[in-house]
Amino acid sequence: MQKPLAPGVQERKRLEHVTVRFAGDSGDGVQITGDQFTNTTAIAGNDLATLPDYPAEIRAPAGTLPGVSGFQIQFAATDIYTPGDQPDVLVAFNPAALKVHVNDLVQNGVLIVDTKKFDKINMAKAGYATNPLEDSSLSNYRLFSEPITDMTMRSLQGLESVSAREKERCKNFFALGMAYWIFNRDLGPSLRWIQDKFKKSPGIAEACQTALKAGYNYCDMTDAFQAVAYEIPAAPTKPGLYRNISGNQALATGLVAASVRSGLKLFYGAYPITPASDILHELAKHKNFGVITFQAEDEIAAMAAVVGAAFSGALSVAGTAGPGLALKSEAMSLAIMTELPVVVIDVQRGGPSTGLPTKTEQADLLFAMYGRHGESPVAILAPATPAENFLFAIEACRLAVRHMTPVILLSDGYLANGSEPWRIPELSELPEMKTEFAHANGKEFMPYARDEKTLSRPWAVPGTPGLEHRIGGLESRELTGDVSYDPHNHERMCVLRAAKVARIAEDIPPLEVMGDEDAEVLVIGWGSTYGAIRSACRRVQEAGRKVAQAHLRYLNPLPRNTEQVLKRYKKVICPEINLGQLSHLLRGRFLVDVIPLNKMQGSPFTGREVLEGIEAVMEGRPVRQPGSDRPFLTTSNYSEG
Amino acid sequence: MPAITASKAEKQKFTKADFQSNQEVRWCPGCGDYAILTGALQVFAGLGIPRENFVMVSGIGCSSRFPYYVNTYGFHTIHGRAPAVATGVKLANPELQVWVITGDGDGMSIGGNHLMHALRRNLDIKILMFNNRIYGLTKGQYSPTSEYGKVTKSTPFGSVDQPVNPVSFALASEATFVARTADIYLPHLQSVLNRAAEHKGVAFIEILQNCVIFNDGAFKDVTERSIRDDENVLLEDGKPMIFGKGRKKGLRLKGLSVESVELGQDGVTEKDLLVHDQRAEDQTLAYMLSRLDHPTVMGIFRDVTRPSFERRAHEQVQNAKERYGEGDLLDLIRGKETWTIK
Repeated sequence: MQKPLAPGVQERKRLEHVTVRFAGDSGDGVQITGDQFTNTTAIAGNDLATLPDYPAEIRAPAGTLPGVSGFQIQFAATDIYTPGDQPDVLVAFNPAALKVHVNDLVQNGVLIVDTKKFDKINMAKAGYATNPLEDSSLSNYRLFSEPITDMTMRSLQGLESVSAREKERCKNFFALGMAYWIFNRDLGPSLRWIQDKFKKSPGIAEACQTALKAGYNYCDMTDAFQAVAYEIPAAPTKPGLYRNISGNQALATGLVAASVRSGLKLFYGAYPITPASDILHELAKHKNFGVITFQAEDEIAAMAAVVGAAFSGALSVAGTAGPGLALKSEAMSLAIMTELPVVVIDVQRGGPSTGLPTKTEQADLLFAMYGRHGESPVAILAPATPAENFLFAIEACRLAVRHMTPVILLSDGYLANGSEPWRIPELSELPEMKTEFAHANGKEFMPYARDEKTLSRPWAVPGTPGLEHRIGGLESRELTGDVSYDPHNHERMCVLRAAKVARIAEDIPPLEVMGDEDAEVLVIGWGSTYGAIRSACRRVQEAGRKVAQAHLRYLNPLPRNTEQVLKRYKKVICPEINLGQLSHLLRGRFLVDVIPLNKMQGSPFTGREVLEGIEAVMEGRPVRQPGSDRPFLTTSNYSEG
Repeated sequence: MPAITASKAEKQKFTKADFQSNQEVRWCPGCGDYAILTGALQVFAGLGIPRENFVMVSGIGCSSRFPYYVNTYGFHTIHGRAPAVATGVKLANPELQVWVITGDGDGMSIGGNHLMHALRRNLDIKILMFNNRIYGLTKGQYSPTSEYGKVTKSTPFGSVDQPVNPVSFALASEATFVARTADIYLPHLQSVLNRAAEHKGVAFIEILQNCVIFNDGAFKDVTERSIRDDENVLLEDGKPMIFGKGRKKGLRLKGLSVESVELGQDGVTEKDLLVHDQRAEDQTLAYMLSRLDHPTVMGIFRDVTRPSFERRAHEQVQNAKERYGEGDLLDLIRGKETWTIK
């Protein structure tokens, strides 16, 4: 896969893993640069994990600290699980980006800075009194002060059809070209991507491609870069066909796959909301799969329409984020009461209220569990990695239809926007999804009769002769579905609805334990903390200690053996991006003294943060707050910090 | 979902009894809803469409119990959301005949937003709004159509709200079929429902309805037999707007308003009167007519043709299939850039 050495390079230094971060103004094209670098890295065969991090404002005030957009990727010659703790290479397009990110850079790390914006005004906006590129404040790093913008402009001098402003905007491709040289990457994939992306503006395409090549050639001809010529060999991995995929892409693709496998028309109802909108955008492209996307007037209508489409017999899915889930709870209760199959995707973000719309969090778990009036159980699933969203989208649909119940799929901002290499499955590897609508059989139709095994009721869709019936939000009499205010019927129906969801436990795999079965400490997590926990546990083991890891992908019902697993260990630690919601559930359900390890900073755990937590627990020390030396923040010691 | 094959050529014969469910009707004795139910059941039976192809969707309130009494598919949903639920039902299966039953509280208050969007999208559903100008099921609070100053349980000193006019609202929301009728005008109500059923697109019908318990006489100044002729203008397409005992009155345009005139007085003749045009593209005149309260204008204000929402949505699907071919799942999963590990 690797291309031969670039001319002039004697030898490239082999590295096992590298973390690179690109940072600039939110209009600098940082996310595109990151995406392209990721794609090319994936094609080169490295394992990788990414963390895009951008502000909520589309164009935050230029040059300011809150306006900085970042993209981090770790890639390696071995299996990796996180986007990396600290960058080894930082590319900064302006003083603000430097200011925000430079302290994360490892000692002696490679620091590439575009000098263009280091003028008085921009340095002042970032809070620099003197030029950090010229004083000695960056002496701990291998600093490359490069006139990236100026060189980009010069490389595009002859291009008549492109304005100066458009030329300037190509600087991210120049920087990308530099990064490609440093890591010995093929320019082909990005050149092809540019061609495709700008096929309607050939001038822009040419400018971007020229800038990319110019950045690459600049490093090739500049001796100073010889010292940072690296080679990261491909990671040994299962043979097969691979692609890079983000969480939201995987989710959308999984929903289409579920539709094709089940033969049910996919109906996706949504209202635009970060970070879930990309699922709507993706699905809206796939109308040739018969997909109906409905952008509703509000979150409530989106959910209500999804319930209506489920009544009509469609594979019905709603996608949203925290505040939207709150608005959906009313119509979800209707789906619970009428026992219709719907899938609700919650791409969690920092809350409450508008909170941190573009940042990740896992604080909707208890809301997903309990955030509805009445006794209103739903099934809850949570994929652990971006690519897992594919199979879990199918799984959510399968469970909803088979068990005639709403299913919530909890993703989050980190999973949604993060990406990883994914071995593309054969169609034969995808789960079966048999669905059958009810048909008249000569007997009186009972809309609330139940399947003995699953306790689900029949799915009888309008248009079917002989099955005309009425459903609604009022309590239904068992079997007939007639409105019933009978107290014993209500009690029985509440228990039946709960039992139906509980029985899903028979239909899901047991909780798997990784690592040392005979360890004293178990680390249990759910959702997107998987990578950080995996990486931390591996480091614990590398240091010669024993630790076990279990990861819950089914939150309701929990896998059958969850209690058995939890009670096998002396200590159970639960890292979460919330204030202890799974800990609370597990403690309440199993009376196990789960030790919470929490972070609420709008960013995922790093492997090191989890590692420090595990070590503290192992050594009987108090858990520290991630990213600081302070004790772990709790509601009782919040004032001490 | 099952394909619906009943073709129009073989219009089937049904009776009101075919559409009557086995559920005991539980509205208060004397409620205007009984008459509306009877009228609607006869209309459904007369359409020649098998009952399994109907879906009644309702929200919350007295009117919203309607689906239980109709032997078709029915969905008694949640407060205000019936148009949104119906949107899903219809989009997922455009072949279905979807009727929404709502009230003034359900449709104009908590569900005002959904109603507006269902109307402007021109979803091919029929929306019957039972307007009794009161919250009945919660036992008598003022509603968004209650008159200013209305004394109710929640407004002991009179309501300070300006009421909304449902027909004006529907016209302003770009509805393609808008009508007003009343519970006690059964033949008129049925003819309006029949026209609504024929309309390809959204139909909004305000039905003035009496609440014997909490707002008795809600529309007696409009519909009472003794004053009815002078207080109602019945719209007839292509005909001058004549009304009143002995058909001696008419409606005439005066500047930017509509006025009531006596034929024969001050030289007013039939030629001076407004002639109703249901198919007028511009709804301004219809809107002006909807605002009148003495007399109140009844009938079909507007009936224009535009492609319906679900048809446009499904045409996009069809076009995409023709343009790109039926979706290939493996192609989709593979995406644009792949690589092979051996």
